[in-house]
Amino acid sequence: MSKRRSDWESRPQARIRKWYREGFLALDNEIIDHLTRTTPQPPYTEDRLVAQQEEMASRQHERTLALERLDQHNVLAWARTRGRKAISRFYVVLALALSALMIFFLLETVALMPRFGDPATPGANIVSERYITKGLEETGAVNIVAGMILDYRAFDTLGESTVLFIAASAVLILLRIDRNKDGSPVQELIAAESDDRHYEPRNDRILQGSAMILTPIILLYGIYIILNGHLSPGGGFSGGAIISAGLILYLSAFGFEKAGRFFTNKTFTWVSFFSLMFYALAKAYSFYCGANGIPSGIPLGTPGAILSSGLIMPLNIAVGMVVACTMYIFYALFRKGGL
Amino acid sequence: MWQLLYENLEQTVAVILFGIGFSILLLQRNLIRKIIGLNIMDTAIYLFLASMGYIHGQKAPIVVDGITSTVAYINPVPAGLVLTGIVVSVSFTGIMLALTIRLYRRYHTLDIDEIALLARGEDA
Amino acid sequence: MTFIRVALLGMLVVCALAVSMTRNLLTSLIVYMAYSLIMAVIWMFLESPDLAITEAAVGAGITSVLLFVTLKKIHAIKGDSEHEQAPK
Repeated sequence: MSKRRSDWESRPQARIRKWYREGFLALDNEIIDHLTRTTPQPPYTEDRLVAQQEEMASRQHERTLALERLDQHNVLAWARTRGRKAISRFYVVLALALSALMIFFLLETVALMPRFGDPATPGANIVSERYITKGLEETGAVNIVAGMILDYRAFDTLGESTVLFIAASAVLILLRIDRNKDGSPVQELIAAESDDRHYEPRNDRILQGSAMILTPIILLYGIYIILNGHLSPGGGFSGGAIISAGLILYLSAFGFEKAGRFFTNKTFTWVSFFSLMFYALAKAYSFYCGANGIPSGIPLGTPGAILSSGLIMPLNIAVGMVVACTMYIFYALFRKGGL
Repeated sequence: MWQLLYENLEQTVAVILFGIGFSILLLQRNLIRKIIGLNIMDTAIYLFLASMGYIHGQKAPIVVDGITSTVAYINPVPAGLVLTGIVVSVSFTGIMLALTIRLYRRYHTLDIDEIALLARGEDA
Repeated sequence: MTFIRVALLGMLVVCALAVSMTRNLLTSLIVYMAYSLIMAVIWMFLESPDLAITEAAVGAGITSVLLFVTLKKIHAIKGDSEHEQAPK
């Protein structure tokens, strides 16, 4: 009989009927009940009672002391607040006036700027003309912006990747929680780990299901954007950011243990190091050749083909790897101070 | 002046956004709000720069059909500069947020005035 | 076309104001995310698809995720306005 009953209860109609009868609050009540259920207390003994009474008394005493202190503090604070309030109000007015004044002066300047969309704007000078008319021929990149930032101004982009790497190192210094020498976690790390999933279930079905479908698509899209950086909008930065978004989705769905199978601190160090090193060496070679007038010997290929435009595609890949690793490690460090 | 400002609407809005971001930076005491304000100032500058490169009726700088003449494409220089700027802005946002977390761990507040008070109390 | 342009720019200003006006930190973060997405659309209007794609991935994606994780770390994500009040 009891088996039949439990079978019946596990059937969907029964659950729906139960839900209907008890209203929306049934589930909430269940959760609240689960959360507030206390562990049964051990039976009271004599000394336990005495200790409890003593504790209560000391707490009372502390509380009165704290209240007295608060009273004194309040009296003092009241004397201070009036002046402070006036000052803070004055500060607010002053700050707003400063911002308004700044907007006003800048608007005056904007009114004197060249008209929006004017072909004769001084910004469209000989530099941009050179990039547009000679860009395809000299760099082989169909996307003129990619040709510009990775060929003409590649030094700039190397500095930018270095800024990213330094930022990741700074965050590493600020938020890293190290393990003990024998690999066992320190107290702080245990606290961070338990804190990490305090408000969420350990395995979320919906999140995991959607991550299973979405992660490969996002990664593929990011790789497409990186590889097509010289042919279409995009490039190393946007593609790297998209790949890292996919990795972050995987990490938040499946947790650090599964993500740690393919991404560790070592991965970050070596991938960033080799990408930056490759970038620096490749650009040093091409700068050396360019400065001395030696033909670099790197074929530019036919514009529009996937394997074209010389060094731009490998450089895009290097930048994309640096960006993806950096963003991913930002997230991991923010979550729990390490991978 | 209003006519001129309306014609340069992008730049006008960029300037106003810059002012709003600046006032957020001055007025909000919450550190995270301050960081968002700084990001708004950033994007205002980018909008200003990108609108300087736009030319009416011309297309994005991606070569189509082998046409390479300046009357076909907009100015690519601001786009490259802004691209650099966006990535630098995300890295400094990361550093500032990391500093915020460290400050919170130590003082258990995000209010900049309280942090200053507590830090002064620690020194004394 | 002009109408869309004006409307998008107006929404930018409204979002920027809303970031400073809202009481709740989480709300202002979500408004900032919307701000970034509007910015991406404006960049499509300004004929800079490179910037649009980067802003959508970096501004609305990574920066917002980092801000959310920070909020979670400081336990402000439940909407308690404990961190919003003026100092006593």
